[in-house]
Amino acid sequence: MQYLVSVIDDKTNSGTPDEMAAINAFNERVEAEGHWVFAGGLSSPSTATVIDNRGGEAMFTDGPFVESKEYMAGFWVFEAPDLDVALKLAAEGSKACNRKVEVRPFL
Amino acid sequence: MSVVDVREAITRVHHEEWARVVAALARRFGDLDIAEEAAAEAFAAAVGQWPADGVPPNPGGWLTTTAYRKAIDRIRRENKRDDKQKEAQMLYDDDPPEPLGAIDDERLRLIFTCCHPALAIETRVALTLRMVGGLTVPEIARAFLVQETTMGQRITRAKAKIKAARIPYRVPSAEDLPARVSGVLAVLFLVFNEGYLATGPDTDPVRHDLTAEAIRLTRLIRALMPDDGEVAGLLALMLLTEARRTARVSASGELVALDEQDRGAWDAALIAEGHRLVRERLAAGMAPGRYQILAAINAVHTSAPDVRDTDWSQVVALYDQLVRLDPSPIVALNRAIAVAELDGPEVALAAVDRLEDKLAGYHAYHATRADLLRRLGRSQQSRAAYDKAIELAGNTAETAYLTRRRDQLG
Repeated sequence: MQYLVSVIDDKTNSGTPDEMAAINAFNERVEAEGHWVFAGGLSSPSTATVIDNRGGEAMFTDGPFVESKEYMAGFWVFEAPDLDVALKLAAEGSKACNRKVEVRPFL
Repeated sequence: MSVVDVREAITRVHHEEWARVVAALARRFGDLDIAEEAAAEAFAAAVGQWPADGVPPNPGGWLTTTAYRKAIDRIRRENKRDDKQKEAQMLYDDDPPEPLGAIDDERLRLIFTCCHPALAIETRVALTLRMVGGLTVPEIARAFLVQETTMGQRITRAKAKIKAARIPYRVPSAEDLPARVSGVLAVLFLVFNEGYLATGPDTDPVRHDLTAEAIRLTRLIRALMPDDGEVAGLLALMLLTEARRTARVSASGELVALDEQDRGAWDAALIAEGHRLVRERLAAGMAPGRYQILAAINAVHTSAPDVRDTDWSQVVALYDQLVRLDPSPIVALNRAIAVAELDGPEVALAAVDRLEDKLAGYHAYHATRADLLRRLGRSQQSRAAYDKAIELAGNTAETAYLTRRRDQLG
């Protein structure tokens, strides 16, 4: 079972050196414990492009599909047997990166 | 066996076996939705078959087996429609259902799943009442003053989340247990309250099955966590309340207020056990939580051989302590009822009137006002408040009590 853990913030690439060190230490442990799938930081939504190719000709729109003050500034994908394990990892991740996170299961 | 006897037997078996059937099926199929639906179908089958065939010798076993077959049927149907169904393996697993052993653990497992912290508190309560308590969606909706459709959606969404997010079906590990227990206690207290003052006009005014179930499950949790003060507090609170149950409804089916109850009819053994728990918590010397304070308030009431012996200053002091922990309007309303005994109905009425914004839709707010207005000789206003309380009260015994009090007004 895989879970997407979104890091919620109102700015991007804003981790302090201490936070980055905590995130690295956390990531190493996640990898060692076999929960690691993928992770990354994202550029701000203002850099996004929305594409709609449902009508035969691809339409490009500058900006994110939804504007909000807070957005996904980065994410982890964890492998975990159930939500309890995922929530525990997410709680540690929230502490390490010093941000709110949201957990969503993959289908 | 007459039709009425069979109907009564089905009602009784529903109270006794619902949670066991749901828990056994949830364990077996790993899916609450299937478990609930199959359990409901099994009980519907009982309603259809038992009047003709008689009540089987082991009704719980009959229901579990029937529900199990219904679940298999459903999984087969769904697999025909969609062979990507995750339950595919169940087709090849025709083992008989697990015997009705280890039931306490099964139910506890079910409770911790229904009370998972990833679910909103109101969702946990609703889910536990449905899955463990066996209450219907309309009953649960009434208990929480929301629309039936809203409550139905809340339960459906919760089951979908449990499945999609894979909320595990198990008792939490020792390190997680304390954090998980407080959510369970809130739910059990609400189940107890629904039993103690059933909200529906079509149910018994006091549903001993629910109070007994809440007490039984709280005892189980106390066995798991003997040092938890709030678990002990909740158990004491339930026991001291349950002790007064038989004195609380008259032979004619009318609610009997605390000050009019025959205290000789109170259950001395339950009171002694409740008092023992309260003393145990006092001796622990730790700051009490809300259940321990509520238990202490009930210990004061049950220590008075006559209502005139009640130490009301102690009751008000405990409510003051409770208000600091839980500033909810319902706590403030109950505090005002105690204040009426200490400082008189006028002071209490002023406090109650301040709660109108938040409690105008709550029958106990109007019943309290009606009583205070009656004691102040303001009959006309009292009558209007009784009318409003009667309109909002769902409990038959309470409606009877309120109607008599209204009709006695000069």
